[in-house]
Amino acid sequence: MIPAAFEYYRPKDMAGVLSILEEQGDDARVMAGGHSLIPMMKLRMADVPHLIDLQDVEGMSGIDLGAETIRIGAMVTQHDIIEHEPLASVAPILREAALQIADPQVRYMGTVGGNVANGDPGNDMPGLMQCLDAAFTVVGPDGQRDIPARNFYEAAYMTAREDEEVLTTVTIPMPIGGYAYEKQKRKIGDYATAAAAVQIVNDGGTCASASIAMTNLSDTPIYSEAAGAALVGTSVDDAAMSAAVAAMLGDIDPTEDNRGPIAFKKHVAGVILRRAIERAWSRA
Amino acid sequence: MKDEVTSRDDRIANLKGMGCSRKRVEDARFTQGKGNYVDDIKLDGMIFGDFVRSPYAHARIKSIDTAAALEVPGVLAVLTAKDLEPLGLHWMPTLAGDKQMVLADGKVLFQGQEVAFVVAEDRFAAADGIEAVEVEYEELEVLVDPFKSMESDVVLREDTVDEAGKLVDGAHGPRKHHNHIFTWEAGDKDPTFEVIEAAEVVAEETMYYHRTHPCPLETCGCVALMDKVNGKLTLWGTFQAPHAIRTVVSLISGIEEHNIRVISPDIGGGFGNKVGAYPGYVCSVVASIVTGKPVKWIEDRMDNLMTTAFARDYWMKGRISATKDGKITGLHCHVTADHGGFDACADPTKFPAGFMNICTGSYDIPTAFLEVNGVYTNKAPGGVSYRCSFRVTEAVYFIERMIEVLAIELHMDAAELRRINFIKKEQFPYTAALGWEYDSGDYHTAWDKALKTVDYDALRAEQAQRVEDFKAGKTRSLMGIGLSFFTEIVGAGPVKNCDILGLGMFDSCEIRIHPTGSAIARLGTISQGQGHATTFAQILASEIGLPADSITIEEGDTDTAPYGLGTYGSRSTPVAGAATAMAGRKIRAKAQMIAAYLLEVHDDDVEFDVDRFVVKGVPERFKTMKEIAFAAYNQAIPGIEPGLEAVSYYDPPNMTYPFGAYVCVMDIDVDTGVPDIRRFYALDDCGTRINPMVIEGQIHGGLTEALAVALGQEIAYDDMGNVQTGTLMDFFLPTAWEVPNYETDYTVTPSPHHPIGAKGVGESPHVGGVPCFSNAVQDAFRAFGLRHTNMPHDHWRIWKTANELGLHG
Ligand SMILES: Cc1cc2nc3c(=O)[nH]c(=O)nc-3n(C[C@H](O)[C@H](O)[C@H](O)COP(=O)(O)OP(=O)(O)OC[C@H]3O[C@@H](n4cnc5c(N)ncnc54)[C@H](O)[C@@H]3O)c2cc1C
Repeated sequence: MIPAAFEYYRPKDMAGVLSILEEQGDDARVMAGGHSLIPMMKLRMADVPHLIDLQDVEGMSGIDLGAETIRIGAMVTQHDIIEHEPLASVAPILREAALQIADPQVRYMGTVGGNVANGDPGNDMPGLMQCLDAAFTVVGPDGQRDIPARNFYEAAYMTAREDEEVLTTVTIPMPIGGYAYEKQKRKIGDYATAAAAVQIVNDGGTCASASIAMTNLSDTPIYSEAAGAALVGTSVDDAAMSAAVAAMLGDIDPTEDNRGPIAFKKHVAGVILRRAIERAWSRA
Repeated sequence: MKDEVTSRDDRIANLKGMGCSRKRVEDARFTQGKGNYVDDIKLDGMIFGDFVRSPYAHARIKSIDTAAALEVPGVLAVLTAKDLEPLGLHWMPTLAGDKQMVLADGKVLFQGQEVAFVVAEDRFAAADGIEAVEVEYEELEVLVDPFKSMESDVVLREDTVDEAGKLVDGAHGPRKHHNHIFTWEAGDKDPTFEVIEAAEVVAEETMYYHRTHPCPLETCGCVALMDKVNGKLTLWGTFQAPHAIRTVVSLISGIEEHNIRVISPDIGGGFGNKVGAYPGYVCSVVASIVTGKPVKWIEDRMDNLMTTAFARDYWMKGRISATKDGKITGLHCHVTADHGGFDACADPTKFPAGFMNICTGSYDIPTAFLEVNGVYTNKAPGGVSYRCSFRVTEAVYFIERMIEVLAIELHMDAAELRRINFIKKEQFPYTAALGWEYDSGDYHTAWDKALKTVDYDALRAEQAQRVEDFKAGKTRSLMGIGLSFFTEIVGAGPVKNCDILGLGMFDSCEIRIHPTGSAIARLGTISQGQGHATTFAQILASEIGLPADSITIEEGDTDTAPYGLGTYGSRSTPVAGAATAMAGRKIRAKAQMIAAYLLEVHDDDVEFDVDRFVVKGVPERFKTMKEIAFAAYNQAIPGIEPGLEAVSYYDPPNMTYPFGAYVCVMDIDVDTGVPDIRRFYALDDCGTRINPMVIEGQIHGGLTEALAVALGQEIAYDDMGNVQTGTLMDFFLPTAWEVPNYETDYTVTPSPHHPIGAKGVGESPHVGGVPCFSNAVQDAFRAFGLRHTNMPHDHWRIWKTANELGLHG
């Protein structure tokens, strides 16, 4: 569990980061909290001859609450999310989800940017960001662009971000309605057996909109447009929830692992989603 | 004088002797990061070794090319079996009478097996060197199923067949097949079968006690230093039995035993993982001999989980017979034991399946028969006793499941079935059908106390209501009531039938009283977190009348400690604790003569009173132990040698038999398979209680490891022999979050043959806890027709049980 030798860089600004990335190409990688990357390096599953630590880069650790959007710097930690009262009051789902990630020690180090950039289907924030219809701002040699979370994930560890681009900001439209992040895991510190993020709007007893995303049930997070659509226009009764679950099951594609066989995961995904919808609706 | 105004109770309290919840003296250093573990040892010029390990579970090694590795900066040497062979060290004896490859000799038998040892200036260079060693493997058919292994043509171990193709006898008798290690029987086969076949009621069940691992927080490791000038080898390491390691190292290396010093520094948990000898020790010693430098080897977590000392892996088939009223008449147990590639179990020699023959449990079962077959497969070696005394966990799990299955067969309450079959108080000492003589017990009292405390009848009523509500669609949660009553067998053991590699399993204590009335005592055991420095000082305090705070306890250095067989199998208190009391009594006997001389009376005219000898009938005439100690060194006493020291080697006349009654109440989410432990009650009877707080700590730890094993902790392999659970992400190690509140309770039934009546407790909660957690899960589904389902009860397996019973609609 000892990584291969690597060069360590700690630039002070984004220009410095980009120039190393350009120079070293594939051999360089940025590191945020290091709590996904370092384990991979120790297992020698990730080979990173040039490691660029983002800790000292200015301007990546802010949380800005605007009228219509929330902007979270990539280096904001999961712990920061939990502690930020104004954020928790406008977007409580972020705290509810962050509290279910790993354990306090990991959350002190792990960042939002690292969690969404990593591309591990087990990470909780990608599904969460898809549910919230967030956009990821990346900068690279050709400048800056925004990529919607719902288009970001291509396969396990494959994302729309180019190798020489750095993710700087996550922008979330101000969420409305009820929310829930529901996760089943084997123990503290475990990735999800199944997790569901739900944000739902109640307009006089009728569901006006619903957004649903699932975690660790495919090789990418799954934004299930059909599941959300199944709730819209209903009173979110049993039949509507069954329809949403059925739609979601059509979108996920879990594989068997130590957490259990496919049939179990599908069943639990349904149960978890139903509970998430019920809780979100009760808060809507 | 101060003494005169101090009451007798104050004097007793001042000793902090037996029965006192004295704070652990070890904790000051552990909680401040001042422990000294093997990886804290840093010596001048120290270098590091680590292993190239096999990615395959079964393969022939075609070639090993070390040239590129030797080019890696910092790499000093690469050892392979070829280098060890001239020294006769490419194989080593196991504690079970088998032998094990130190480095792969032509083939590998399990994933992670040691193939080459890379020695380098630091561990980073060693890691790079490992990457650069090129090994060419030819994959062979993998056998991970012991039943298939026993039928396969594939010969796993070439030393099981001779040139003529005939089977070679194993360490415990003839083989039935080339992949068969031993058959071990206890009890009477024919009479047992007759009783079972003629019985009114018979329950049968097959259960798999899955493979798991002790997983101590600190992994295994050592530092070896061969001093070429004085010819002395010093070996620091995570050894649960330092003296046994010294003797084994001497026997296999040929270095004379006085030239070997083995030191166990602080150890961060053992649980059986650190009893055996591992290739890392041998390679470190060889590397130090070759380089003349101190060599350190430390396992990482994956090495530890994948290669050193698994536990359990027993396939157990049982038949239990009874009358219609539930009186048990006979028990038959048949075990297929998966030992992996080498038989490296750490059991007393005469017990290749440990004390599995305690499987009649706490019940008066007139006839019984046990057969255990050990089998080789392509899995890691081990078979150690994970927080238990030699396979007692397997035995207790077996009988506590068979009782539940019999209760189902009889349509009877499982608590009642236990009650009517318990060995009665007046039957002790009780000789069980499989041979053991239980020293003492009062099972009915313990059971009644447990059931009353948890209000068992109310729990059953609540459970019945829950079943109705479930059937009516009002809830998706079921309730399980887990019961277990266990009898442990600890304190191995009487030298007449207990030895390991021929080393008798006595233990020892040596005491030196200092002139000013403080003392040091050294023992043949070694604490790995049990708190020996605290509790052994308490035994002595009560025996010799000096405060526990004035007594240093030292263990683990073979140059200073008396010979002993170490700490595992809850043997420290039953054996070394007894030696401590006996040595203390020798001190007291001499002190009595000194006191009598000082008080100018006859020896018989003084008597011991807490911390002093008093003239009988004249309490104001006394000499304190402190005064006596000073006199022992500084006053010429006719006919008495100066000094105050004693040593005792204690060969126990029998094992001790702690017992306990546990109840677990659990709610199970039928839809997700998630269990929620609502209540856990543990009553333990470990005889005389030395330190109630330490006992409680041991019980919390043992129960937590029981929870782990029952609810998810396993070493799982795929069909190719790949370990599926090699990191703590997948190998379940519970945190405070997963652990319920434990309610502890006790009764006290002293051991009649132990000098202070103590029985040992460190492992009881694990032994009794595993069946209790498992029974709770299984009991939740009893109303829906479940008889038995195998552990570990992780979410998906619980879900699967519910699914197969049709509970998901
Ligand atoms: C024991 C344990 C349990 C865990 N459990 C969970 C869990 O339950 N749920 C969960 O979601 N996560 C879990 N994690 C992962 C944890 O949340 C990580 O911190 C997170 O996945 C990555 O964040 P990081 O800041 O540590 O990123 P790093 O490890 O530093 O980086 C991860 C990857 O993202 C890239 N990267 C990082 N920042 C940027 C950026 N700004 N721009 C471009 N690329 C970037 C890196 O190059 C790397 O490839 C767990 C981790 C551990 C160790």
